[in-house]
Amino acid sequence: MTMANTIAGWFGAGKDGQHAKLQLILLSVFMLALPFILSGSFASGNSWVRTIDFALLYIMLALGLNIVVGYAGLLDLGYIAFYAVGAYLYAFLNSPQIAAFLPVWMMNPPLLVMLLIAAVVAGCFGVMLGAPTLKLRGDYLAIVTLGFGEIIRIFMNNLDRPVNITNGPQGINNIERVSLLGHEFGKPLEFFGVQIPMVHQYYYLILAFCVLIIFVSIRLQRSRIGRAWVAIREDEIAAAAMGINTRNVKLLAFAMGASFGGVSGSLFASFQGFISPESFILMESVLVLCMVVLGGMGHIPGVILGAIIVSITPEALREVVNPLQDALLGKRVVDPENLRMLMFGLAMIIIMLLRPEGLWPSRRRKDELHPATKRITKQEDATLTEAEREHE
Amino acid sequence: MTTTTSPLLSVKDLKVAYGGIHAVKGINLEIKQGELVALIGANGAGKTTTLKTLVGMVKPAAGSISFDGQDTSRLAAHDFVSRGLVLVPEGRGIFPRLTVEENLQMGAYYRNDKADIAHDMARVYDLFPRLKERMKQLAGTLSGGEQQMVAIGRALMSRPKLLLLDEPSMGLAPIIVQKIFEIIRMVAAEGVTMLLIEQNAKLALETANRGYVMESGVITVADDAKALLANPAIQSAYLGE
Repeated sequence: MTMANTIAGWFGAGKDGQHAKLQLILLSVFMLALPFILSGSFASGNSWVRTIDFALLYIMLALGLNIVVGYAGLLDLGYIAFYAVGAYLYAFLNSPQIAAFLPVWMMNPPLLVMLLIAAVVAGCFGVMLGAPTLKLRGDYLAIVTLGFGEIIRIFMNNLDRPVNITNGPQGINNIERVSLLGHEFGKPLEFFGVQIPMVHQYYYLILAFCVLIIFVSIRLQRSRIGRAWVAIREDEIAAAAMGINTRNVKLLAFAMGASFGGVSGSLFASFQGFISPESFILMESVLVLCMVVLGGMGHIPGVILGAIIVSITPEALREVVNPLQDALLGKRVVDPENLRMLMFGLAMIIIMLLRPEGLWPSRRRKDELHPATKRITKQEDATLTEAEREHE
Repeated sequence: MTTTTSPLLSVKDLKVAYGGIHAVKGINLEIKQGELVALIGANGAGKTTTLKTLVGMVKPAAGSISFDGQDTSRLAAHDFVSRGLVLVPEGRGIFPRLTVEENLQMGAYYRNDKADIAHDMARVYDLFPRLKERMKQLAGTLSGGEQQMVAIGRALMSRPKLLLLDEPSMGLAPIIVQKIFEIIRMVAAEGVTMLLIEQNAKLALETANRGYVMESGVITVADDAKALLANPAIQSAYLGE
């Protein structure tokens, strides 16, 4: 099966190659036009494009966490730490912050080299988290990973003394933007007479890496490693009995997941131009986990959908709640920012009650959590009695 | 291939301890090519510990284990499958959220020979037509007996030289237990050497060539299965007669 067929399969299309390709082309055209559609149809269009940029970053994060939580079944509540690692790494190498301590040749590496470094270093941090927690599962693992996430954040917060490395809670400013093929992102760009603003430029950059990460995710899921992850999620002893080196496979899950986070973090720092420890609080880890669970654990399109919904809803609320209050009450009673967590919590509870498998689960997970199993049990009864008759 | 004179598996003076508790206190076992050997004993006698030690899931405190002419007592659990020593874990240990087919494929995880894998898959389906009917079904939705078939079929996909079965009858209805033992005889007839751990001593001894009786960490009796069935002490202690 080709990649196009896989993607078409998500939308319930058959295995008809032509049809699949057409869908993929339509989707690509839409994705390419999206920023212009948004900035053309809303007054606050550019802020919407910005929201979409963040949504894309969250998709990368959610897909990374999906490897750890969805495939390998290791509950990680400190995932945002790897995003932080990627972001700070980018900031160190692309801002004056610690330039004085670094040799000149290390500064401002080319984009692809930078992202490779971010992926590798974040991956190493992933192994650092994974190695001591190999024997932990479930709640215990969650607590340790949560602690890990906080440790990284607090380090960033306090490493301004005795030597100022991270500039503490003030964060790092003046982060240079990405340059690619001689063009510095953020500088105005004209393309066939059309002005392309900074947020649009970043949209295409982040989209490209997002597509790459989706591609890697799909390939991983189908690979030997992907099957090994699922096996250790299902039953670790049986997995070892199949000849799977459970230790290495788990560490690889942590490393792969973390490297996605690292890439995403670097793009974030470059896009934002400013980072501080506040961007990497526990709530962010929880949000990313929500995206994975809400969308459909282990199912790539579900996770993407979850990331889009969770990251865009607060912005949409902001657009809706204020005008609504103005119109109905004539004054603003609640701040949409406060409403956000309330709505969000409520939505989570409702979805988990009604659709514990997530909004867009794989067909298999749906079968498993919904009463189709009852039918099978009846069937089983029939075959059991049949077996009994046979025996007599 | 091993010659008939040297045993496929030979365990000498094996001791295993969990913390301060000695679960296995120096046992000797031998299994020859083509044999079906039963290891029987009460709950807590150390049978499962012995099996886990054989496949590296528990490390021995003392003694030697040699399989197919090589010392295997220090190997990690995942190194055994490729050597042909395969465990069907207690409680079956199937992957409940994978389909029957995917479960069987996991059995061939360490192998790369696609054509041979397909051939073995067909053979397993021949052995278990029931599994062929259900190949697309999630293994967790199968009945207990069918799950046991998946577990045994999956182990066969690893091309075992020696198959270790840990309590294959556990938690199954008596009628299904009969079926499982029929399957074990079928697999034995295919020439697979097996070590079978069972609480259902009568069935196990009726199926096996030889038997060992284990009691609080030591092997008290080792004999032909027929002789054990006829042994009055065994009859009163394990066969409920």
